[in-house]
Amino acid sequence: MAWEFLTVYWREMIRFVRFRTQLFSSLLQPALWMAFFGIAMSSNFDRFTSSIPAPAGVVPLDYLTFMAAGVIAMTTLFTSLFGGMSLLFDKNWGLMREMLASPMPRTHIMLGVSLSGMTKSFIQASIIMAFGLLLGVQFFPGYSAARIALSILGIFVFVGVFSLGFLLFSSTISMRLESPEGLQGIITLLTLPLFFVSNALYPIQAFPPFLQTLSIFNPLTHLVNGIRYFALGGDFFAVGARYTSTTADVLGSFAYLVIFAAVMYLLARRTFERAVVT
Amino acid sequence: MGGDDIIEVRDLEHAFGNFAAVRGISFTVKNGEIFSFLGPNGAGKSTTINILTTLLPLQKGTVRVAGYDVAREPAKVRETIGIVFQEDVLDRDLTVRETMEFHGRLYGIPREERRRRIDDLLGIVELESKRDERTKNLSGGMKRRLQIARGLMTQPEVLFLDEPTQGLDPQTRMRIWDYIRQVNATGTTIFLTTHYMEEADMLSDRISIIDHGRIVVSGTPAELKDALGEDVVYLETEDDEKARDALSGIEEIRSVTESPRGLSVTISADGSHCLPRIIERVRGAGIAISNVNLKKPTMDDVFVHYTGSELRDAGA
Ligand SMILES: Nc1ncnc2c1ncn2[C@@H]1O[C@H](COP(=O)(O)OP(=O)(O)OP(=O)(O)O)[C@@H](O)[C@H]1O
Ligand SMILES: [Mg+2]
Repeated sequence: MAWEFLTVYWREMIRFVRFRTQLFSSLLQPALWMAFFGIAMSSNFDRFTSSIPAPAGVVPLDYLTFMAAGVIAMTTLFTSLFGGMSLLFDKNWGLMREMLASPMPRTHIMLGVSLSGMTKSFIQASIIMAFGLLLGVQFFPGYSAARIALSILGIFVFVGVFSLGFLLFSSTISMRLESPEGLQGIITLLTLPLFFVSNALYPIQAFPPFLQTLSIFNPLTHLVNGIRYFALGGDFFAVGARYTSTTADVLGSFAYLVIFAAVMYLLARRTFERAVVT
Repeated sequence: MGGDDIIEVRDLEHAFGNFAAVRGISFTVKNGEIFSFLGPNGAGKSTTINILTTLLPLQKGTVRVAGYDVAREPAKVRETIGIVFQEDVLDRDLTVRETMEFHGRLYGIPREERRRRIDDLLGIVELESKRDERTKNLSGGMKRRLQIARGLMTQPEVLFLDEPTQGLDPQTRMRIWDYIRQVNATGTTIFLTTHYMEEADMLSDRISIIDHGRIVVSGTPAELKDALGEDVVYLETEDDEKARDALSGIEEIRSVTESPRGLSVTISADGSHCLPRIIERVRGAGIAISNVNLKKPTMDDVFVHYTGSELRDAGA
């Protein structure tokens, strides 16, 4: 096993902490989402849906709790989609030639960048969970300490695989594009449908059938499923709907994300092995 | 090709789209020498270096570096070479030490060894005091020195230096020449490109001049200059007219003209061998000589002779 990707990871993390504005905005942005969007929306949703009674024996959850999982997922999506951007700068400024001319296997470039993107997502997810709990998010209702630890681990595994897939995707695009503006355009185009055709902010049960089907293929939906399963349990009631998921459902979601990441890995590897940067 | 050739290039061609940047070049670089690759802007020097260092794919021809074929064993080639790029390629937000550290890790140099080499090299290029400075705060010369130190860190068998002294002051350039000689003395083969002809002249064991993607001439600096065969002797005498007559009949003299520095005698052979005879002749005719000057061709003369005098930036 060669460990050179840790070198790339090391450099990416130096950059992360050194670019103060990037650091602070990436830490602040999810908190702001929770604070403003979350609180504003929850007073609305909770008003609409409070009239619908929860079935007997099922825990009703408020909207803030419901959407906190969505905010983790959305933040992970954004961070990962932008994660390949540093490669584009490396390429345009000629820095990548140093790596390409070195004996380090080329796939390590993308592995190092991906690992650092995953780290950033873990940090952000932790911030959202911590800040959310302060705001009154009812994650881990009545869980024992051990179950909380296990749930957090489960959330991280989901966040990790999901972000890996999108980081590799972003790296591939970055290697093939010339300008950061191009990458930004693609990201904007992608995030809107990914975000809104998912269960991040509202239940998909009320979607028209076509959108419901589409949302099943959306990796974001599966990430949110995973996070909710670990944070809220397999049976809860929120936004006027009952959510039940079995271990099999969650494994299915996980498998989908693993396949997605694997496909992105193959794409990225092909791109990196053929990359010509001078 | 001999066993002591560390670089062997045969019939190399490279095109960008339908523009042929390198048009069939062959050359060898001997193990342990300093080899210079000269040529006007756009001649194809950097393109050749990029192919030799595996950054560009090999399109046509064969290239072996340190015994490895660049097309079949690029990873092996990468392990044996170091490169200092023509452009400054430094991560602006890393410090000097981190820049070196990153490079050393890329090549898998163990920690202790890495530390030692960083200390040594920063000492050699005199950047110890800038160790924790971010590279964006270095001067142009310091950036070049850092990149040279970085290129040396892996103790490569072949070090490619693409215009390492471009835009530097004379002191810094001379210091860089010293580093290059020091490194070469430890056995590293140097592949150099430069637009400073006296630099190539002084440093190189051998030189190839490339123009429009073709090698136009190769040889040692002395061979190249001698081959021009245009040594000029400047004579200041008490009577230039008479001296001129006295010189007629010496076979090697190609022409004699008046110049502000006296008589300018162009010689088709080695000037230092003709000089005594010229002096004897003029003295023999009873003409006193007040000043004699022998001017040998410089590398600049060689360069212009083989590549012409028109500018290349515009057309190439
Ligand atoms: N990526 C590229 N795409 C298209 N043309 C290129 C590319 N790289 C180089 N060229 C062209 O190939 C030719 C040779 O370029 P190269 O960089 O090898 O010249 P050079 O000898 O290094 O010149 P200089 O002394 O100015 O550095 C030039 O005409 C250049 O425009
Ligand atoms: Mg060049």
